[in-house]
Amino acid sequence: MNKILLIIQREYLTRVKKKSFIVMTIVGPVLMAAMIILPVFLASWSEATEKRIAVLDETGWFFEKFQDEDNIKFYHVFEGLEEEKNQALNVKGDLLLYIPLPELNIPVNAELFSSKQPGLNVTSYIKSIMKQTVENKKLLASGIDPEIIKSAKVDINLVSIKVDEGGIEKKSNTEVEVGLSIFAGIMIYFFIFMFGAQVLKGVIEEKSNRIVEVIISSVKPFQLMMGKIVGIALVGLTQFMLWIVLTLIIVGIVQVMFISGDSSTLEMMGTQSAMMGHVNDGGSQMNPMMMITETLGSVNFMVMTLSFIFYFLGGYLLYASLFAAIGGAVDNDADTQQFMLPVSIPLILAVAMSGVIINQPDSSLAFWMSMIPFTSPITMMMRIPFGVPVWEILLSMGLLVAGFIFSTWVAGKIYKTGILMYGKKISYGVIWKWLTAR
Amino acid sequence: MTLQANHISKSFDKHKALDDVTIQVPEQSIFGLLGPNGAGKTTLIRIINMIAVKDQGEILLNGKPMQPSDASQIGYLPEERGLYKKMKVGEQAVYLARLKGMSKHDATVKLKHWFGKFEMDSWWNRKVEELSKGMQQKVQFIVTVLHQPKLLIFDEPFSGFDPINVNLLKAEIINLKNEGSTIIFSTHNMASVEEICDQITLIHQSKNILSGEINDIKQRYKTQTYEVEYRSSKALMLPEGLCHIISTQPKNNHLVTHVKLLDNATSNLLLQHLIQQAEILKFQEVLPSLNDIFIREVSPK
Repeated sequence: MNKILLIIQREYLTRVKKKSFIVMTIVGPVLMAAMIILPVFLASWSEATEKRIAVLDETGWFFEKFQDEDNIKFYHVFEGLEEEKNQALNVKGDLLLYIPLPELNIPVNAELFSSKQPGLNVTSYIKSIMKQTVENKKLLASGIDPEIIKSAKVDINLVSIKVDEGGIEKKSNTEVEVGLSIFAGIMIYFFIFMFGAQVLKGVIEEKSNRIVEVIISSVKPFQLMMGKIVGIALVGLTQFMLWIVLTLIIVGIVQVMFISGDSSTLEMMGTQSAMMGHVNDGGSQMNPMMMITETLGSVNFMVMTLSFIFYFLGGYLLYASLFAAIGGAVDNDADTQQFMLPVSIPLILAVAMSGVIINQPDSSLAFWMSMIPFTSPITMMMRIPFGVPVWEILLSMGLLVAGFIFSTWVAGKIYKTGILMYGKKISYGVIWKWLTAR
Repeated sequence: MTLQANHISKSFDKHKALDDVTIQVPEQSIFGLLGPNGAGKTTLIRIINMIAVKDQGEILLNGKPMQPSDASQIGYLPEERGLYKKMKVGEQAVYLARLKGMSKHDATVKLKHWFGKFEMDSWWNRKVEELSKGMQQKVQFIVTVLHQPKLLIFDEPFSGFDPINVNLLKAEIINLKNEGSTIIFSTHNMASVEEICDQITLIHQSKNILSGEINDIKQRYKTQTYEVEYRSSKALMLPEGLCHIISTQPKNNHLVTHVKLLDNATSNLLLQHLIQQAEILKFQEVLPSLNDIFIREVSPK
């Protein structure tokens, strides 16, 4: 009907024009883009500055053992500690690695002096070289050729392969799926609460400033409630879409402007992690970045995005209608808290159980939590990256639709009676009476 | 438009908010709905507005049962007033008018006209929260009458206004009546009722205890009391069986005496006695004010 459209329009436009909405719309993508860009940017930044390290080795064990890296250069010095420290740090602006004579036979302690934070890759590189050198010496001392040990070493690279119903195999990597799963679950939780709270606030505002009486004399209470819920849902969707689009745009722009030439973001991340892999003596490990992209490919993004939108809308409609009922029923903040808690417990529970769900996405607990409409939006979104049979998703979606139709019906009844009721102490008994009343 | 509410009853839990209340509002009149706090006035108004559902009785508009579609014919100004605080005045007024079924263009044109009339053009783009309470109420008054409803319901329209604005509103309400609206007007302010209402109904403890035209009611409640203003050096001496003197006070250079006639006595008889004793300047029957009637009916007996 025409009037409900008017209400939706007002709810939507007043919120979209608010400063807080605009700020959120800009800050969200900036933060998300920063999460993607910053590691790459920092990596390329630190690569640019070369670090030179003076090595003062009193043991003589490590002479010529430190090999130069792209941005880490080593040179040996032989004077006293204090002079070299002064020379390296203050005159040349380098770092000083000091390996003192050990109290026992084996040098296991070293000190790295620097005027700035040396960086994780520097310290871990030094550590791994020292470890390797000492180990080799000890092996030689016991009469074992380090080459034998080296050839006996193997790297196990476990690739789990998901076989879907059609028999098509896809490589998958649990870590990436865990990340996606947590991200999706938390986002759903966040969206439901953020926009559900807006419904609650809007209803309370209308009730407490009594404008509701004027509006109810021209539209039905149910229309007012649904108009508000739908209007705010559209605000949520708008925000979500804007975030995705803006994040992509920001990432794109930064890529073009700052990360020079033909090296794309992913390649940069690839080289960065490849370097780490080399440092850890990873040998023939698969490039982690390639693994991530390959696993991401095995997660169907179309399914992820569509089910995210569906579960956001479904979960939101379910909870927003209940929040609207609370807003309609209560008169003051204390009462709001009293009714908010039991309603939000299932949501909080779904997030609290996320660890269990992610560990065993196919357990019966996970199954049931992804069926019950109160927890299914979060739990199902956490399960989907691991792969869920289609019938389960459809059943869960069907139950969620049934759930929000029922909750909207219940909420409509409570809202209708409560919205014009002032100064009455609301208890569960009273609400039950409203529900059962004709 | 005439409104009839016949035998309306409504209960909340065990409390009976309205008990067989009947009111008849004639076409193009101002009808005062009076009663102490909690008497059931607001409940009755909400039932007429179709906000609340009646338990029993019927509401007739022009003799026909009221339909939900009649809502657009009714303008309602609730006692507790509110607007969306963060919305701009003009935008909000247009929105509320459109909810009543007006087109956007119509609403804007009419609103501009009213804003001009009330000298509040400059408020159009200001947020509601920037206006004073009285200014907000003016906006709300305009929104109530904007769609030219046939039936207007004002719940305490003058509360919160300064005397100048009260007069402005009174004039507008009378204007609306002359243009054909039927107006129901709920208030505690008896002076304004006497000034603008044609008929009243007094509701007390959920029941209709008094209805009718104001003058009829006053006649019904008159106490045979007369006010005499006269020039004389001594107090009046009136026969015992005729009347008794309630009070005598000096006023300027004269005296003013209130006299209550006893049964069977007439004002002419009293006058004959008075003429012999003093120079009469004024002789007038004292009718009870609505305030007196209200207090007499409502105060615990």
